[in-house]
Amino acid sequence: MQLMYRRAGGTLTVFLSGELDQHSAAAVRTELEKILDDESLRRIVFDMGGVTFMDSSGIGVILGRYRRIAPRGGSMNILNAKKNIERVLRMSGVYKLCTEGEDE
Amino acid sequence: MKNSLKTSFPSLTRNEALARGIAAQFTMLMDPTVEELSDVRTAVSEAVTNAMIHGYGDEQGVVTLELSSENDELTVTVTDEGRGIEDVERARQPFYTSMPEAERSGMGFAVMEAFMDSVVIESEVGRGTRVIMQKRIGVHE
Repeated sequence: MQLMYRRAGGTLTVFLSGELDQHSAAAVRTELEKILDDESLRRIVFDMGGVTFMDSSGIGVILGRYRRIAPRGGSMNILNAKKNIERVLRMSGVYKLCTEGEDE
Repeated sequence: MKNSLKTSFPSLTRNEALARGIAAQFTMLMDPTVEELSDVRTAVSEAVTNAMIHGYGDEQGVVTLELSSENDELTVTVTDEGRGIEDVERARQPFYTSMPEAERSGMGFAVMEAFMDSVVIESEVGRGTRVIMQKRIGVHE
């Protein structure tokens, strides 16, 4: 699992690639928590384009980060999930928490 | 034609990828669709993760993965000898998790049920849990 990110104003875009399971989720969670210590970040965009596998551990990672920024009026979006990953995301209802923005 | 494979490994989360890889290779022999293969990988990952995280927690134990096929029917059994589940029906409920602090989403069994044709959970507190999942493979409609 690889994680790259880009900051633009209050938006953090996270580019994930590889396999996201319970094992790799731990490192992703730790890294993102560190970045999100910056209270000026109000929006998180997960670009799932490079993710080849994800189970429900990935939902935990996404929801956990949303819960972190929601109290500061934060918002979230999830982009580019492949079909098999989108099915898991859809089941969890996580897309209902997403809002559109200028997220490429 | 019948085929089977049985393997055991320590409950280290790094073995999740190993387990779903083995399951995928076994399923490949049944001429699956891309989607079927993906479904099996995801369901196996959920079951094995549950065995590690909920079955054993911080302790280490052994997880057993059994795969068998007969014609187009795939059976996957994941067994642990961990804590067991007190209330199986509750554990099956989507979004129920006994470990919210660990960011478990409570979707594990719901994903298994969505991606496999049937999921049977046998569990005894203090003895462990066995998850038996079945799916027809290679049913190109």
